[in-house]
Amino acid sequence: MTEFAQLLVVGVVVGSIVGLGAMGLTLAFGILKFANFAHGDMMTLGMFLAYAVYTRLDGTAMGPFSVGLAMVPAMLIAMAGVGLVAASVDQTVYRRLRRRGSASITMAIASLGVAIMVRAVIQLIWGPTPVRYATGINVAWTLPFGLRMRPDQVLIVIAMFALAVGLYLLLFKTRLGKAMRATSDNPALADISGIDTERIRAATWMIAGALIAVAGVMFGVQSQLKFDAGFEFLLPMFAAVILGGVGNPWGALAGGMVVGISQEVSTLWIPTGYKTAVPFVLLTVMLIVRPRGLFGPKG
Amino acid sequence: MTPLLDVQGVSAGYGDVRIVHGVSIHVEAREIVTIIGPNGAGKSTLLKAVFGAIRPTEGRVILEGRDVAGLSAFQMVQAGAGFVPQTENVFPSLTIRENLEMGAYRRQQGVNERIDELLDRFPELARRPNETAGRLSGGQRQALAMCRALMLEPRLLLLDEPTAALSPIMREEIFAQIVAIRDSGVAVLMVEQNAREALEISDRGYVLVNGQNALEQSGAEMLANPEVGRLFLGRVESGAIEADAPGAEGSR
Ligand SMILES: Nc1ncnc2c1ncn2[C@@H]1O[C@H](COP(=O)(O)OP(=O)(O)OP(=O)(O)O)[C@@H](O)[C@H]1O
Ligand SMILES: [Mg+2]
Repeated sequence: MTEFAQLLVVGVVVGSIVGLGAMGLTLAFGILKFANFAHGDMMTLGMFLAYAVYTRLDGTAMGPFSVGLAMVPAMLIAMAGVGLVAASVDQTVYRRLRRRGSASITMAIASLGVAIMVRAVIQLIWGPTPVRYATGINVAWTLPFGLRMRPDQVLIVIAMFALAVGLYLLLFKTRLGKAMRATSDNPALADISGIDTERIRAATWMIAGALIAVAGVMFGVQSQLKFDAGFEFLLPMFAAVILGGVGNPWGALAGGMVVGISQEVSTLWIPTGYKTAVPFVLLTVMLIVRPRGLFGPKG
Repeated sequence: MTPLLDVQGVSAGYGDVRIVHGVSIHVEAREIVTIIGPNGAGKSTLLKAVFGAIRPTEGRVILEGRDVAGLSAFQMVQAGAGFVPQTENVFPSLTIRENLEMGAYRRQQGVNERIDELLDRFPELARRPNETAGRLSGGQRQALAMCRALMLEPRLLLLDEPTAALSPIMREEIFAQIVAIRDSGVAVLMVEQNAREALEISDRGYVLVNGQNALEQSGAEMLANPEVGRLFLGRVESGAIEADAPGAEGSR
Protein backbone atom coordinates (compact mmCIF):
# COMPACT_ATOMS: atom_id res chain seq x y z
CA MET A 1 0.00 0.00 0.00
CA THR A 2 2.75 2.44 0.97
CA GLU A 3 4.64 1.45 -2.12
CA PHE A 4 1.58 2.26 -4.21
CA ALA A 5 1.12 5.62 -2.48
CA GLN A 6 4.79 6.42 -2.93
CA LEU A 7 4.57 5.69 -6.65
CA LEU A 8 1.46 7.83 -6.76
CA VAL A 9 3.44 10.75 -5.36
CA VAL A 10 6.17 10.31 -7.92
CA GLY A 11 3.50 9.97 -10.58
CA VAL A 12 1.99 13.31 -9.60
CA VAL A 13 5.41 14.94 -9.96
CA VAL A 14 6.02 13.41 -13.37
CA GLY A 15 2.43 14.21 -14.28
CA SER A 16 2.98 17.84 -13.34
CA ILE A 17 5.86 18.13 -15.78
CA VAL A 18 4.00 16.32 -18.55
CA GLY A 19 0.85 18.34 -17.84
CA LEU A 20 2.68 21.68 -17.92
CA GLY A 21 4.14 20.86 -21.30
CA ALA A 22 0.88 19.41 -22.59
CA MET A 23 -1.07 22.56 -21.69
CA GLY A 24 1.11 24.61 -24.04
CA LEU A 25 1.05 21.90 -26.69
CA THR A 26 -2.74 21.67 -26.72
CA LEU A 27 -3.14 25.45 -26.68
CA ALA A 28 -0.91 25.74 -29.75
CA PHE A 29 -2.74 22.83 -31.38
CA GLY A 30 -6.08 24.56 -30.88
CA ILE A 31 -4.97 27.89 -32.32
CA LEU A 32 -2.36 26.89 -34.89
CA LYS A 33 -4.25 23.75 -35.97
CA PHE A 34 -1.31 21.42 -36.23
CA ALA A 35 0.66 19.01 -34.03
CA ASN A 36 3.91 20.67 -33.05
CA PHE A 37 6.56 17.95 -32.93
CA ALA A 38 9.20 20.50 -31.94
CA HIS A 39 7.58 20.97 -28.53
CA GLY A 40 9.80 18.37 -26.81
CA ASP A 41 13.00 19.94 -28.09
CA MET A 42 11.76 23.38 -27.05
CA MET A 43 11.55 21.86 -23.57
CA THR A 44 15.21 20.89 -23.82
CA LEU A 45 16.03 24.39 -25.02
CA GLY A 46 14.27 25.77 -21.93
CA MET A 47 16.27 23.63 -19.53
CA PHE A 48 19.57 24.55 -21.18
CA LEU A 49 18.84 28.27 -21.43
CA ALA A 50 18.14 28.25 -17.70
CA TYR A 51 21.34 26.26 -17.22
CA ALA A 52 23.35 28.86 -19.16
CA VAL A 53 22.03 31.65 -16.97
CA TYR A 54 22.04 29.77 -13.67
CA THR A 55 25.63 28.63 -13.91
CA ARG A 56 26.71 32.24 -14.45
CA LEU A 57 24.92 33.38 -11.31
CA ASP A 58 25.49 32.52 -7.66
CA GLY A 59 24.37 28.93 -7.49
CA THR A 60 24.14 28.55 -3.71
CA ALA A 61 21.25 26.29 -2.85
CA MET A 62 18.36 27.83 -0.98
CA GLY A 63 16.93 26.14 2.11
CA PRO A 64 15.98 22.53 1.51
CA PHE A 65 16.04 22.86 -2.29
CA SER A 66 18.83 21.74 -4.57
CA VAL A 67 18.89 25.04 -6.46
CA GLY A 68 19.11 28.63 -5.28
CA LEU A 69 17.13 31.80 -5.83
CA ALA A 70 19.19 32.44 -8.95
CA MET A 71 16.95 29.87 -10.60
CA VAL A 72 14.15 32.43 -10.62
CA PRO A 73 15.80 34.84 -13.06
CA ALA A 74 17.26 31.86 -14.95
CA MET A 75 13.81 30.41 -15.44
CA LEU A 76 12.27 33.74 -16.44
CA ILE A 77 14.95 34.22 -19.07
CA ALA A 78 14.42 30.66 -20.29
CA MET A 79 10.67 31.31 -20.55
CA ALA A 80 11.17 34.48 -22.58
CA GLY A 81 13.91 32.84 -24.66
CA VAL A 82 11.91 29.78 -25.66
CA GLY A 83 8.85 31.94 -26.30
CA LEU A 84 10.83 34.18 -28.62
CA VAL A 85 12.43 31.27 -30.42
CA ALA A 86 9.02 29.64 -30.93
CA ALA A 87 7.50 32.88 -32.19
CA SER A 88 10.44 33.48 -34.56
CA VAL A 89 10.19 29.96 -35.95
CA ASP A 90 6.52 30.71 -36.59
CA GLN A 91 7.39 33.88 -38.46
CA THR A 92 10.04 32.23 -40.60
CA VAL A 93 8.56 28.77 -41.16
CA TYR A 94 4.92 28.19 -40.27
CA ARG A 95 3.64 31.60 -41.34
CA ARG A 96 4.78 31.05 -44.90
CA LEU A 97 3.06 27.69 -44.96
CA ARG A 98 -0.12 29.26 -43.54
CA ARG A 99 -0.09 31.95 -46.21
CA ARG A 100 0.06 29.24 -48.85
CA GLY A 101 -2.86 27.47 -47.21
CA SER A 102 -0.77 24.40 -46.40
CA ALA A 103 -2.47 21.37 -44.86
CA SER A 104 -1.90 20.80 -41.17
CA ILE A 105 0.05 17.62 -41.93
CA THR A 106 2.54 19.75 -43.90
CA MET A 107 2.94 22.04 -40.90
CA ALA A 108 3.39 19.06 -38.57
CA ILE A 109 6.14 17.62 -40.78
CA ALA A 110 7.81 21.04 -40.93
CA SER A 111 7.77 21.07 -37.12
CA LEU A 112 9.59 17.75 -37.19
CA GLY A 113 12.33 19.51 -39.16
CA VAL A 114 12.38 22.31 -36.62
CA ALA A 115 12.65 19.72 -33.83
CA ILE A 116 15.71 18.11 -35.39
CA MET A 117 17.32 21.50 -35.95
CA VAL A 118 16.73 22.71 -32.39
CA ARG A 119 18.10 19.47 -30.98
CA ALA A 120 21.20 19.69 -33.19
CA VAL A 121 21.87 23.27 -32.11
CA ILE A 122 21.50 22.31 -28.44
CA GLN A 123 23.94 19.46 -28.89
CA LEU A 124 26.33 21.77 -30.70
CA ILE A 125 26.31 24.37 -27.92
CA TRP A 126 26.04 22.26 -24.78
CA GLY A 127 27.50 18.98 -26.02
CA PRO A 128 26.30 15.40 -25.67
CA THR A 129 27.35 14.87 -22.04
CA PRO A 130 24.64 15.26 -19.40
CA VAL A 131 25.01 18.16 -16.96
CA ARG A 132 23.21 19.25 -13.80
CA TYR A 133 21.98 22.53 -12.37
CA ALA A 134 23.44 21.65 -8.98
CA THR A 135 25.35 18.83 -7.37
CA GLY A 136 24.61 17.59 -3.89
CA ILE A 137 21.70 15.64 -2.53
CA ASN A 138 18.19 16.90 -2.10
CA VAL A 139 17.18 15.35 1.22
CA ALA A 140 13.62 14.05 1.13
CA TRP A 141 10.94 15.19 3.54
CA THR A 142 8.95 12.54 5.30
CA LEU A 143 5.25 13.14 4.88
CA PRO A 144 2.41 11.49 6.82
CA PHE A 145 1.95 7.73 6.23
CA GLY A 146 5.69 7.36 5.73
CA LEU A 147 5.58 8.90 2.28
CA ARG A 148 8.70 10.62 1.11
CA MET A 149 8.90 13.63 -1.18
CA ARG A 150 11.90 15.73 -2.03
CA PRO A 151 11.51 19.51 -1.59
CA ASP A 152 12.30 19.95 -5.29
CA GLN A 153 9.35 17.74 -6.14
CA VAL A 154 7.02 19.80 -3.95
CA LEU A 155 8.20 22.85 -5.86
CA ILE A 156 7.35 21.19 -9.16
CA VAL A 157 3.79 20.42 -8.11
CA ILE A 158 3.31 23.95 -6.78
CA ALA A 159 4.66 25.44 -10.00
CA MET A 160 2.24 23.34 -12.00
CA PHE A 161 -0.73 24.53 -9.94
CA ALA A 162 0.37 28.15 -10.07
CA LEU A 163 0.78 28.10 -13.85
CA ALA A 164 -2.52 26.30 -14.37
CA VAL A 165 -4.29 29.01 -12.37
CA GLY A 166 -2.35 31.68 -14.26
CA LEU A 167 -3.34 30.18 -17.59
CA TYR A 168 -6.96 30.02 -16.50
CA LEU A 169 -6.94 33.70 -15.56
CA LEU A 170 -5.27 34.56 -18.84
CA LEU A 171 -7.71 32.62 -21.01
CA PHE A 172 -10.89 33.65 -19.25
CA LYS A 173 -10.22 37.06 -17.74
CA THR A 174 -8.05 38.91 -20.25
CA ARG A 175 -8.80 40.32 -23.69
CA LEU A 176 -5.87 38.47 -25.18
CA GLY A 177 -6.97 35.17 -23.67
CA LYS A 178 -10.54 35.54 -24.89
CA ALA A 179 -9.25 36.35 -28.37
CA MET A 180 -7.08 33.23 -28.19
CA ARG A 181 -10.14 31.12 -27.38
CA ALA A 182 -12.05 32.84 -30.19
CA THR A 183 -9.26 32.15 -32.66
CA SER A 184 -9.18 28.54 -31.52
CA ASP A 185 -12.96 28.29 -32.08
CA ASN A 186 -12.95 29.82 -35.56
CA PRO A 187 -9.93 31.65 -37.00
CA ALA A 188 -11.82 32.96 -40.05
CA LEU A 189 -14.54 34.47 -37.89
CA ALA A 190 -11.89 35.96 -35.61
CA ASP A 191 -10.39 37.73 -38.64
CA ILE A 192 -13.81 38.97 -39.71
CA SER A 193 -14.46 40.27 -36.20
CA GLY A 194 -11.41 42.49 -36.40
CA ILE A 195 -9.03 40.39 -34.31
CA ASP A 196 -5.46 40.49 -35.59
CA THR A 197 -5.08 36.72 -35.63
CA GLU A 198 -1.40 36.85 -36.59
CA ARG A 199 -0.69 38.65 -33.33
CA ILE A 200 -2.79 36.10 -31.47
CA ARG A 201 -0.70 33.34 -33.02
CA ALA A 202 2.52 35.07 -32.00
CA ALA A 203 1.21 35.44 -28.44
CA THR A 204 0.22 31.78 -28.41
CA TRP A 205 3.75 30.72 -29.33
CA MET A 206 5.16 32.94 -26.59
CA ILE A 207 2.85 31.41 -24.00
CA ALA A 208 3.31 27.82 -25.14
CA GLY A 209 7.06 28.45 -25.22
CA ALA A 210 7.09 29.91 -21.72
CA LEU A 211 5.10 26.96 -20.35
CA ILE A 212 7.31 24.34 -21.95
CA ALA A 213 10.40 26.16 -20.69
CA VAL A 214 9.09 25.84 -17.13
CA ALA A 215 8.44 22.14 -17.72
CA GLY A 216 12.03 21.83 -18.92
CA VAL A 217 13.45 23.61 -15.88
CA MET A 218 11.28 21.57 -13.51
CA PHE A 219 12.48 18.38 -15.08
CA GLY A 220 16.07 19.58 -14.99
CA VAL A 221 15.90 20.49 -11.31
CA GLN A 222 15.27 16.90 -10.26
CA SER A 223 17.20 15.13 -12.98
CA GLN A 224 20.07 15.64 -15.39
CA LEU A 225 20.07 17.77 -18.49
CA LYS A 226 20.64 16.02 -21.76
CA PHE A 227 20.18 17.17 -25.34
CA ASP A 228 17.37 14.68 -25.95
CA ALA A 229 15.67 14.87 -22.55
CA GLY A 230 12.75 16.93 -23.83
CA PHE A 231 12.26 14.81 -26.91
CA GLU A 232 11.56 11.87 -24.63
CA PHE A 233 8.64 13.84 -23.19
CA LEU A 234 7.05 14.36 -26.58
CA LEU A 235 5.07 11.13 -26.63
CA PRO A 236 3.79 11.43 -23.03
CA MET A 237 2.77 15.03 -23.78
CA PHE A 238 0.88 14.02 -26.90
CA ALA A 239 -0.78 11.22 -24.96
CA ALA A 240 -1.87 13.81 -22.37
CA VAL A 241 -3.21 16.12 -25.08
CA ILE A 242 -5.25 13.35 -26.69
CA LEU A 243 -6.49 12.07 -23.32
CA GLY A 244 -7.65 15.56 -22.39
CA GLY A 245 -9.25 16.30 -25.74
CA VAL A 246 -7.28 18.38 -28.24
CA GLY A 247 -7.40 22.11 -27.53
CA ASN A 248 -8.45 21.77 -23.90
CA PRO A 249 -5.71 22.94 -21.47
CA TRP A 250 -7.35 21.57 -18.30
CA GLY A 251 -7.92 18.29 -20.07
CA ALA A 252 -4.25 18.25 -21.02
CA LEU A 253 -3.27 18.86 -17.40
CA ALA A 254 -5.51 16.05 -16.20
CA GLY A 255 -4.24 13.91 -19.06
CA GLY A 256 -0.68 14.65 -17.92
CA MET A 257 -1.58 13.42 -14.43
CA VAL A 258 -3.10 10.23 -15.83
CA VAL A 259 0.01 9.61 -17.92
CA GLY A 260 2.44 10.40 -15.10
CA ILE A 261 0.63 8.35 -12.47
CA SER A 262 -0.08 5.32 -14.64
CA GLN A 263 3.49 5.32 -15.87
CA GLU A 264 4.90 5.23 -12.34
CA VAL A 265 2.30 2.96 -10.77
CA SER A 266 2.71 0.49 -13.63
CA THR A 267 6.13 -0.39 -12.22
CA LEU A 268 4.35 -2.35 -9.51
CA TRP A 269 3.60 -4.96 -12.15
CA ILE A 270 5.96 -4.42 -15.05
CA PRO A 271 9.75 -3.93 -15.15
CA THR A 272 10.71 -0.25 -14.76
CA GLY A 273 12.39 -0.29 -18.14
CA TYR A 274 9.04 -0.74 -19.82
CA LYS A 275 7.20 2.09 -18.11
CA THR A 276 7.87 4.52 -20.96
CA ALA A 277 5.63 2.32 -23.10
CA VAL A 278 2.64 3.15 -20.89
CA PRO A 279 1.83 6.54 -22.47
CA PHE A 280 2.06 4.89 -25.86
CA VAL A 281 -0.44 2.23 -24.82
CA LEU A 282 -2.73 4.88 -23.30
CA LEU A 283 -2.54 6.93 -26.48
CA THR A 284 -3.35 3.97 -28.69
CA VAL A 285 -6.23 2.75 -26.55
CA MET A 286 -7.62 6.26 -26.32
CA LEU A 287 -7.48 6.84 -30.06
CA ILE A 288 -9.40 3.61 -30.60
CA VAL A 289 -11.93 3.92 -27.80
CA ARG A 290 -12.49 7.66 -27.37
CA PRO A 291 -10.64 9.76 -29.93
CA ARG A 292 -12.30 12.92 -28.63
CA GLY A 293 -10.60 12.57 -25.28
CA LEU A 294 -11.80 11.84 -21.76
CA PHE A 295 -13.69 15.09 -21.52
CA GLY A 296 -15.27 15.08 -24.96
CA PRO A 297 -15.13 17.90 -27.47
CA LYS A 298 -14.71 21.42 -26.17
CA GLY A 299 -17.62 23.79 -26.46
CA MET B 1 -23.64 62.00 -53.96
CA THR B 2 -21.28 59.04 -54.06
CA PRO B 3 -22.72 55.80 -52.77
CA LEU B 4 -21.63 54.39 -49.42
CA LEU B 5 -20.46 51.21 -51.13
CA ASP B 6 -19.65 51.05 -54.81
CA VAL B 7 -18.62 47.65 -56.17
CA GLN B 8 -17.30 48.02 -59.72
CA GLY B 9 -16.74 45.00 -61.95
CA VAL B 10 -15.52 42.69 -59.22
CA SER B 11 -14.34 39.19 -60.10
CA ALA B 12 -13.43 36.63 -57.47
CA GLY B 13 -13.17 32.91 -56.87
CA TYR B 14 -11.25 30.18 -55.09
CA GLY B 15 -7.78 29.28 -56.38
CA ASP B 16 -8.00 29.13 -60.15
CA VAL B 17 -11.76 28.75 -60.20
CA ARG B 18 -13.49 32.02 -60.92
CA ILE B 19 -16.97 32.21 -59.48
CA VAL B 20 -17.93 35.90 -59.66
CA HIS B 21 -17.46 37.61 -63.03
CA GLY B 22 -17.30 41.40 -63.12
CA VAL B 23 -20.22 42.14 -60.81
CA SER B 24 -21.21 45.73 -60.06
CA ILE B 25 -23.52 46.77 -57.22
CA HIS B 26 -23.89 49.79 -55.03
CA VAL B 27 -25.41 50.62 -51.67
CA GLU B 28 -26.44 54.09 -50.56
CA ALA B 29 -26.28 55.22 -46.94
CA ARG B 30 -29.23 53.94 -44.87
CA GLU B 31 -30.36 51.56 -47.59
CA ILE B 32 -31.33 47.92 -47.37
CA VAL B 33 -30.18 46.12 -50.49
CA THR B 34 -30.87 42.44 -51.13
CA ILE B 35 -29.07 40.10 -53.49
CA ILE B 36 -31.01 37.06 -54.62
CA GLY B 37 -30.11 34.29 -57.01
CA PRO B 38 -30.05 30.51 -57.40
CA ASN B 39 -27.91 28.25 -55.25
CA GLY B 40 -24.27 28.41 -56.23
CA ALA B 41 -24.71 31.68 -58.14
CA GLY B 42 -21.79 33.14 -56.22
CA LYS B 43 -23.71 35.34 -53.80
CA SER B 44 -21.67 34.36 -50.76
CA THR B 45 -18.49 34.58 -52.79
CA LEU B 46 -19.39 38.14 -53.79
CA LEU B 47 -19.98 39.18 -50.17
CA LYS B 48 -16.70 37.58 -49.11
CA ALA B 49 -14.88 39.41 -51.91
CA VAL B 50 -16.46 42.73 -50.94
CA PHE B 51 -15.44 42.22 -47.34
CA GLY B 52 -11.93 41.03 -48.07
CA ALA B 53 -12.43 37.54 -46.69
CA ILE B 54 -11.22 36.52 -50.16
CA ARG B 55 -9.25 38.79 -52.45
CA PRO B 56 -10.99 40.06 -55.60
CA THR B 57 -8.98 39.34 -58.75
CA GLU B 58 -10.49 42.25 -60.66
CA GLY B 59 -12.52 45.37 -60.07
CA ARG B 60 -12.83 48.02 -57.42
CA VAL B 61 -14.58 48.11 -54.07
CA ILE B 62 -15.13 51.71 -52.96
CA LEU B 63 -16.27 52.24 -49.39
CA GLU B 64 -17.00 55.84 -48.44
CA GLY B 65 -14.90 57.07 -51.36
CA ARG B 66 -11.91 54.90 -50.56
CA ASP B 67 -10.79 51.89 -52.62
CA VAL B 68 -10.76 49.02 -50.16
CA ALA B 69 -10.38 46.12 -52.65
CA GLY B 70 -7.66 43.81 -51.43
CA LEU B 71 -7.80 44.98 -47.83
CA SER B 72 -7.97 42.15 -45.33
CA ALA B 73 -11.19 41.41 -43.48
CA PHE B 74 -9.46 42.74 -40.41
CA GLN B 75 -8.80 46.08 -42.13
CA MET B 76 -12.36 46.23 -43.45
CA VAL B 77 -13.62 46.24 -39.89
CA GLN B 78 -11.50 49.29 -39.23
CA ALA B 79 -12.77 50.87 -42.44
CA GLY B 80 -16.33 50.75 -41.11
CA ALA B 81 -17.87 47.52 -42.37
CA GLY B 82 -19.27 44.52 -40.50
CA PHE B 83 -19.86 41.03 -41.87
CA VAL B 84 -21.99 38.13 -40.69
CA PRO B 85 -21.15 34.97 -42.66
CA GLN B 86 -23.77 32.43 -43.72
CA THR B 87 -22.69 29.71 -41.27
CA GLU B 88 -20.43 29.39 -38.23
CA ASN B 89 -20.94 33.03 -37.38
CA VAL B 90 -20.53 32.86 -33.60
CA PHE B 91 -17.72 31.58 -31.37
CA PRO B 92 -19.44 28.52 -29.87
CA SER B 93 -17.27 28.08 -26.77
CA LEU B 94 -17.39 31.76 -25.84
CA THR B 95 -20.24 33.29 -23.86
CA ILE B 96 -22.69 35.77 -25.38
CA ARG B 97 -20.86 38.62 -23.70
CA GLU B 98 -17.44 37.36 -24.82
CA ASN B 99 -18.69 37.02 -28.39
CA LEU B 100 -19.67 40.68 -28.30
CA GLU B 101 -16.35 41.65 -26.74
CA MET B 102 -14.60 39.99 -29.67
CA GLY B 103 -16.58 42.21 -32.02
CA ALA B 104 -14.91 45.20 -30.36
CA TYR B 105 -11.48 43.68 -29.93
CA ARG B 106 -9.92 46.73 -31.55
CA ARG B 107 -11.43 49.08 -29.04
CA GLN B 108 -10.56 49.58 -25.37
CA GLN B 109 -13.16 52.12 -24.30
CA GLY B 110 -16.92 52.06 -24.17
CA VAL B 111 -17.14 48.36 -24.90
CA ASN B 112 -19.43 47.51 -22.01
CA GLU B 113 -21.71 50.44 -22.82
CA ARG B 114 -21.97 49.28 -26.42
CA ILE B 115 -22.72 45.72 -25.30
CA ASP B 116 -25.53 46.96 -23.03
CA GLU B 117 -26.87 49.12 -25.83
CA LEU B 118 -27.08 46.18 -28.25
CA LEU B 119 -28.37 43.71 -25.69
CA ASP B 120 -31.18 46.15 -24.93
CA ARG B 121 -32.50 45.41 -28.40
CA PHE B 122 -32.30 41.64 -27.84
CA PRO B 123 -33.90 40.72 -24.51
CA GLU B 124 -33.44 37.02 -25.33
CA LEU B 125 -29.68 37.50 -25.28
CA ALA B 126 -29.67 40.04 -22.47
CA ARG B 127 -31.33 37.56 -20.11
CA ARG B 128 -28.31 35.24 -20.02
CA PRO B 129 -25.12 37.02 -21.10
CA ASN B 130 -22.96 34.24 -19.66
CA GLU B 131 -24.49 31.42 -21.69
CA THR B 132 -22.05 29.89 -24.19
CA ALA B 133 -23.03 30.66 -27.78
CA GLY B 134 -22.89 27.00 -28.76
CA ARG B 135 -26.04 26.40 -26.72
CA LEU B 136 -28.15 29.07 -28.39
CA SER B 137 -30.95 28.43 -30.88
CA GLY B 138 -30.50 29.31 -34.53
CA GLY B 139 -32.35 32.61 -34.23
CA GLN B 140 -30.46 33.64 -31.12
CA ARG B 141 -27.17 32.81 -32.79
CA GLN B 142 -28.08 34.95 -35.77
CA ALA B 143 -29.04 37.82 -33.48
CA LEU B 144 -25.78 37.44 -31.58
CA ALA B 145 -23.79 37.34 -34.81
CA MET B 146 -25.42 40.56 -35.98
CA CYS B 147 -24.76 42.25 -32.64
CA ARG B 148 -21.13 41.14 -32.81
CA ALA B 149 -20.79 42.74 -36.25
CA LEU B 150 -22.40 45.95 -34.95
CA MET B 151 -20.08 46.37 -31.98
CA LEU B 152 -17.77 48.85 -33.70
CA GLU B 153 -20.69 50.87 -35.08
CA PRO B 154 -20.07 50.15 -38.77
CA ARG B 155 -21.77 52.21 -41.49
CA LEU B 156 -22.30 49.10 -43.59
CA LEU B 157 -23.44 45.67 -42.48
CA LEU B 158 -23.11 42.65 -44.79
CA LEU B 159 -25.43 39.74 -43.98
CA ASP B 160 -25.25 36.36 -45.70
CA GLU B 161 -28.62 34.61 -45.49
CA PRO B 162 -29.52 35.88 -42.03
CA THR B 163 -32.78 33.89 -41.92
CA ALA B 164 -31.64 30.60 -43.46
CA ALA B 165 -33.00 27.61 -41.54
CA LEU B 166 -35.08 29.75 -39.18
CA SER B 167 -38.76 29.31 -38.33
CA PRO B 168 -41.19 31.80 -39.90
CA ILE B 169 -41.62 33.58 -36.58
CA MET B 170 -37.87 33.91 -36.08
CA ARG B 171 -37.51 35.08 -39.68
CA GLU B 172 -39.98 37.83 -39.08
CA GLU B 173 -38.13 38.88 -35.94
CA ILE B 174 -34.75 38.96 -37.68
CA PHE B 175 -36.14 40.98 -40.59
CA ALA B 176 -37.67 43.42 -38.11
CA GLN B 177 -34.26 43.73 -36.45
CA ILE B 178 -32.65 44.41 -39.81
CA VAL B 179 -35.09 47.27 -40.36
CA ALA B 180 -34.25 48.58 -36.90
CA ILE B 181 -30.55 48.38 -37.70
CA ARG B 182 -31.12 50.38 -40.88
CA ASP B 183 -33.20 52.90 -38.95
CA SER B 184 -30.30 53.34 -36.55
CA GLY B 185 -28.25 54.58 -39.51
CA VAL B 186 -26.50 51.47 -40.78
CA ALA B 187 -26.80 50.44 -44.43
CA VAL B 188 -27.46 46.73 -44.95
CA LEU B 189 -26.38 44.58 -47.89
CA MET B 190 -27.79 41.08 -47.59
CA VAL B 191 -28.07 37.86 -49.49
CA GLU B 192 -31.37 36.07 -48.97
CA GLN B 193 -33.18 32.92 -50.10
CA ASN B 194 -36.39 34.04 -48.44
CA ALA B 195 -36.65 36.51 -51.26
CA ARG B 196 -40.19 37.75 -50.78
CA GLU B 197 -39.78 38.73 -47.14
CA ALA B 198 -36.35 40.22 -47.83
CA LEU B 199 -37.53 42.30 -50.78
CA GLU B 200 -40.46 43.58 -48.77
CA ILE B 201 -38.08 45.45 -46.48
CA SER B 202 -35.52 46.30 -49.19
CA ASP B 203 -35.02 49.58 -50.98
CA ARG B 204 -33.40 47.79 -53.89
CA GLY B 205 -32.53 44.33 -55.06
CA TYR B 206 -30.09 42.58 -57.38
CA VAL B 207 -30.40 39.24 -59.07
CA LEU B 208 -27.15 37.36 -59.49
CA VAL B 209 -27.02 34.41 -61.90
CA ASN B 210 -23.92 32.36 -62.72
CA GLY B 211 -21.72 34.92 -61.02
CA GLN B 212 -23.02 37.81 -63.13
CA ASN B 213 -25.43 40.72 -62.72
CA ALA B 214 -28.82 39.70 -64.10
CA LEU B 215 -31.14 42.41 -62.82
CA GLU B 216 -31.30 45.52 -60.65
CA GLN B 217 -34.63 46.98 -59.49
CA SER B 218 -36.25 48.56 -56.49
CA GLY B 219 -37.62 46.13 -53.94
CA ALA B 220 -41.20 46.89 -54.94
CA GLU B 221 -40.46 46.50 -58.64
CA MET B 222 -38.88 43.12 -58.04
CA LEU B 223 -41.82 41.91 -56.03
CA ALA B 224 -44.06 42.90 -58.93
CA ASN B 225 -41.74 41.50 -61.61
CA PRO B 226 -43.33 38.32 -63.05
CA GLU B 227 -39.99 36.83 -64.04
CA VAL B 228 -38.55 37.30 -60.55
CA GLY B 229 -41.82 36.02 -59.13
CA ARG B 230 -41.66 32.85 -61.18
CA LEU B 231 -38.00 32.11 -60.48
CA PHE B 232 -37.39 33.27 -56.94
CA LEU B 233 -40.61 34.07 -55.14
CA GLY B 234 -42.50 30.94 -56.17
CA ARG B 235 -46.19 30.60 -56.12
CA VAL B 236 -47.27 30.33 -52.53
CA GLU B 237 -48.81 26.90 -53.06
CA SER B 238 -45.83 25.36 -54.91
CA GLY B 239 -42.97 26.48 -52.71
CA ALA B 240 -40.50 24.86 -55.11
CA ILE B 241 -38.37 27.95 -55.57
CA GLU B 242 -34.94 26.47 -55.86
CA ALA B 243 -35.94 23.53 -58.02
CA ASP B 244 -36.76 25.56 -61.11
CA ALA B 245 -34.13 28.25 -60.70
CA PRO B 246 -31.62 28.33 -63.56
CA GLY B 247 -28.13 27.06 -62.85
CA ALA B 248 -29.12 25.51 -59.54
CA GLU B 249 -26.35 23.22 -58.37
CA GLY B 250 -27.22 22.58 -54.75
CA SER B 251 -23.86 23.63 -53.40
CA ARG B 252 -24.90 22.76 -49.86
N1 LIG C 1 -14.34 27.78 -50.06
C1 LIG C 1 -14.63 27.39 -51.32
N2 LIG C 1 -13.70 26.79 -52.08
C2 LIG C 1 -13.98 26.40 -53.36
N3 LIG C 1 -15.16 26.58 -53.95
C3 LIG C 1 -16.14 27.17 -53.26
C4 LIG C 1 -15.92 27.61 -51.90
N4 LIG C 1 -17.07 28.16 -51.45
C5 LIG C 1 -17.95 28.08 -52.47
N5 LIG C 1 -17.39 27.50 -53.55
C6 LIG C 1 -18.04 27.26 -54.85
O1 LIG C 1 -18.38 28.50 -55.40
C7 LIG C 1 -19.63 28.45 -56.05
C8 LIG C 1 -20.51 29.57 -55.56
O2 LIG C 1 -20.69 29.42 -54.17
P1 LIG C 1 -21.39 30.51 -53.27
O3 LIG C 1 -21.35 30.01 -51.88
O4 LIG C 1 -20.82 31.84 -53.55
O5 LIG C 1 -22.86 30.46 -53.84
P2 LIG C 1 -24.17 31.08 -53.22
O6 LIG C 1 -24.79 31.86 -54.32
O7 LIG C 1 -23.90 31.76 -51.96
O8 LIG C 1 -25.04 29.78 -52.98
P3 LIG C 1 -25.99 29.38 -51.76
O9 LIG C 1 -27.31 29.91 -52.11
O10 LIG C 1 -25.94 27.90 -51.78
O11 LIG C 1 -25.44 29.97 -50.51
C9 LIG C 1 -20.20 27.06 -55.78
O12 LIG C 1 -20.02 26.28 -56.93
C10 LIG C 1 -19.35 26.54 -54.67
O13 LIG C 1 -19.18 25.15 -54.77
MG1 LIG D 1 -24.32 31.45 -49.98
